[in-house]
Amino acid sequence: MSALFEADRLQMRFGNRIVLEDITLRFGPGELCGIMGPNGAGKTTCFNVLTGRYRPSRGQVRLDGEDITGLRPHEIARKGVSRSFQIMNLFNDFTARDNIVTALPGLRRRGFDVSHAVAANSAFADQAEVLLERVGLAGKGGVLARSLSYGDRRALEIGVALAAAPRILFLDEPTSGLGSDGTARLAALIGSLKGQLTIVIIEHDMRFLFSLADRISVIHWGQVLAQGTPQMLRDNEWVRNSNLGKLQ
Amino acid sequence: MDKDSRDSSRLVTPAMLGFIVLLCTLPLWIGKVGLYPYLGIEILIWALYALSFNLLLGYSGLPSFGHGAYFGIGAYAFGLFQHNIVPSLWLCLMAALGAGLVAGAMVAAFISHRRGIYYAFMTIAFGQVFWVVAIKAHSITGGEDGLLRIARLPADFGFANIDLADNTALFYFVLAIFALALIGLWRLVNSPYGRILQAIRQNETRAAFIGHNVWLYKFTVFSLSAGLSALAGGLFAMAQTSAFPDVMSLHYSGYVVMMTLIGGGLVSFWGPVIGAALFLLARDIIGAVTTGWMLWFGLLFMAVVLFKPEGVAGWWQGLRQRTAGMSGNATGFARLRALLGGRA
Repeated sequence: MSALFEADRLQMRFGNRIVLEDITLRFGPGELCGIMGPNGAGKTTCFNVLTGRYRPSRGQVRLDGEDITGLRPHEIARKGVSRSFQIMNLFNDFTARDNIVTALPGLRRRGFDVSHAVAANSAFADQAEVLLERVGLAGKGGVLARSLSYGDRRALEIGVALAAAPRILFLDEPTSGLGSDGTARLAALIGSLKGQLTIVIIEHDMRFLFSLADRISVIHWGQVLAQGTPQMLRDNEWVRNSNLGKLQ
Repeated sequence: MDKDSRDSSRLVTPAMLGFIVLLCTLPLWIGKVGLYPYLGIEILIWALYALSFNLLLGYSGLPSFGHGAYFGIGAYAFGLFQHNIVPSLWLCLMAALGAGLVAGAMVAAFISHRRGIYYAFMTIAFGQVFWVVAIKAHSITGGEDGLLRIARLPADFGFANIDLADNTALFYFVLAIFALALIGLWRLVNSPYGRILQAIRQNETRAAFIGHNVWLYKFTVFSLSAGLSALAGGLFAMAQTSAFPDVMSLHYSGYVVMMTLIGGGLVSFWGPVIGAALFLLARDIIGAVTTGWMLWFGLLFMAVVLFKPEGVAGWWQGLRQRTAGMSGNATGFARLRALLGGRA
């Protein structure tokens, strides 16, 4: 299978500290991949390298065969790579609708247009409405992002990431801070997106990940320790012996 | 569509129209309330300056604390252009605008990767550089003696040539430019460009990761703000028929920050206009009673920053509507904190 997104032998060091030792990952089109690993394993750093926040000390990142290593975050984003963050990252002073509108490629392409008001553009509002509905926020478009409930904010984050019309979506601990109801709602949302685009999820909630993912990679000590289908990982000895594997 | 989004898609809002009409009548009554037409000119010029400044502070969340430099550069450019190149009002104003744009772009090129307190310090440092140059380059700027004999050039429209030597005529001319800038800035802040600036203020990281070139937005808005401030400076040189380095100093740079914050620039488009008017009225009215007027105004500024960072405009909004979610006061505090916090 030809991969949509490839990371080849990534190394990331900060001074003397090597956070990513040697990471090779492949994500195919339409795949839903999980990344798991203990705290401090380098999962978020890995995302930061893949999406351009950090330039890797060594190795290559390719999107659809094109080398995107070292491009700046907005350049990578424009090529169709979108992400959410572990810590909530929304435009809190904007309404839910405006959060989405701000991420639309149509608005981005007209970013230096000062001749039209955003509010006068009904196409933006319509697109935003569709996306709000898709993430389960229909009817909440006019609420300020900061006034939304925690679960709604998590859903809006995914909405913002989707609004950029990505080919691949990286979600960094989307369920963090959510209760079981919220997690179930988010699982349903991500399940509904499955197959439409490539999704990569960092997650601590193993039940969540194992029920959704096609493939899972286990990262520890800056390396990929194991990867495969959820079933293969259940059978993997290392995973079984670590507390990551204590699933059921 | 609610009232806010209806207003934001209008070229001219009813409030704007009412305000401009009111200003048109100002020369008729300003003498009767014990003030004088020149004050009207000053208020408009400082309001234009503060509006340009607030593109950075209130909309983009960029603390520029040496902004007097660009106001002063505009004043000198206006004077030097008419003395040395050609005494045409339009070209002199263009020269002021252009000089501000260029100076702003030069500085912005060095600071646009920064935010928060680092950004603030670097704007102060660059502002001081321009101020020292203005004082030391005696042969060009006249040093601390100032650049004198700057003429109030006539406005030549081709079909008519209007003399602006009189304060009332100059008031209407400045009002026309102010009104154009007001309309232009209103459209700008509500356009995709303005929307992205506000997104950058709230969350630079998120803005970059949805594909916006944050550096370029910060670079252009700083240049634009500097250019418009310089245009205000050019008008100021014309109004006082001279240009001095003091407007470029750190404490004059502080005035525009005070105006913008007291007026409510953090939460309102109109904040800088309200603040500029309050500041100059306080100077004249409190100043008539005591030469220490700045003590009282300074205390007022401290009270605003400590208790009401949403300023006069935010306070007024709060009276009119109890908005859902966060109060204007909490919004004011959050934005003030974010300005210097430099949150990632």
